[in-house]
Amino acid sequence: MKAYFGRRYTISASHRLHADTLTVEENLATYGKCNNPNGHGHNYVVEVLVGGSVDPETGMVINLAALDEVVRTKVIERFDHTNLNLDPLFLNRVPTTENLCREVFALLKDALPAGELERVRMEETENNFFECSSE
Amino acid sequence: MIYLTRRATFSASHYYWNPAWTAEKNEQVFGRCARRAGHGHNYTLEVTVAGEPDTVTGFVVDLKWLRDVIDREVLTAWDHRHLNLDVPEFAVTESTATIPTTENLAIAAWRRLQSAVSAANGAQLSRVRIYETPEIFAEFRGEP
Repeated sequence: MKAYFGRRYTISASHRLHADTLTVEENLATYGKCNNPNGHGHNYVVEVLVGGSVDPETGMVINLAALDEVVRTKVIERFDHTNLNLDPLFLNRVPTTENLCREVFALLKDALPAGELERVRMEETENNFFECSSE
Repeated sequence: MIYLTRRATFSASHYYWNPAWTAEKNEQVFGRCARRAGHGHNYTLEVTVAGEPDTVTGFVVDLKWLRDVIDREVLTAWDHRHLNLDVPEFAVTESTATIPTTENLAIAAWRRLQSAVSAANGAQLSRVRIYETPEIFAEFRGEP
């Protein structure tokens, strides 16, 4: 029987939204205050949803401690208290929360057993969030 | 199709223990959750119902009715109870038990709610999500 297990984590990071292919004026028009030259930061919430059958011996879809370990090593240690623009993933890509969500999904998908990762939701503030699934 | 969700909270205690395993294995797999004296949570239950709004009332289902269904079918049996000791679907025998993990709670809540919800006006139970803490949740969508 298929069920889903979800877990929320927090990462604090800074970023600046700026596209090298746009002019100064275009960047400002596109990104507004998110284009501030010295950047700004957020407390991001990463919500990880794993789907699978419930193991009859443990009653679990996935062991919480195992999921925590994957998220800690692949995502939290990589991005928490960092400047996202300096991460190699964002050298040529703007670290919007859409792109961050997609990269986190890819990092976790590779590290979890095949087919288990259902969705990643990345909340940038209380009022906006982005979701990525394997579609 | 419109999806309507109602939240409810309940408080309960539980522990994780597979009676077919040794004490050492239970402690290794379940950690602090295996302590036999138990521990507790404030759970949040989210019940999502899918359907078309009624042409007269504009409701998929009446929220007061849904609240009463959740109270009657789930909260009366689970709120301020010990899930392992007081709730029939998690009863322990010498060799078997359905462990009251959040995943199994979501499945059990679905089974308690499904017939009452589907009796209402063509609405269907779509999803049950249970938060064990604000950071941990499980959901069941009735999939095999």
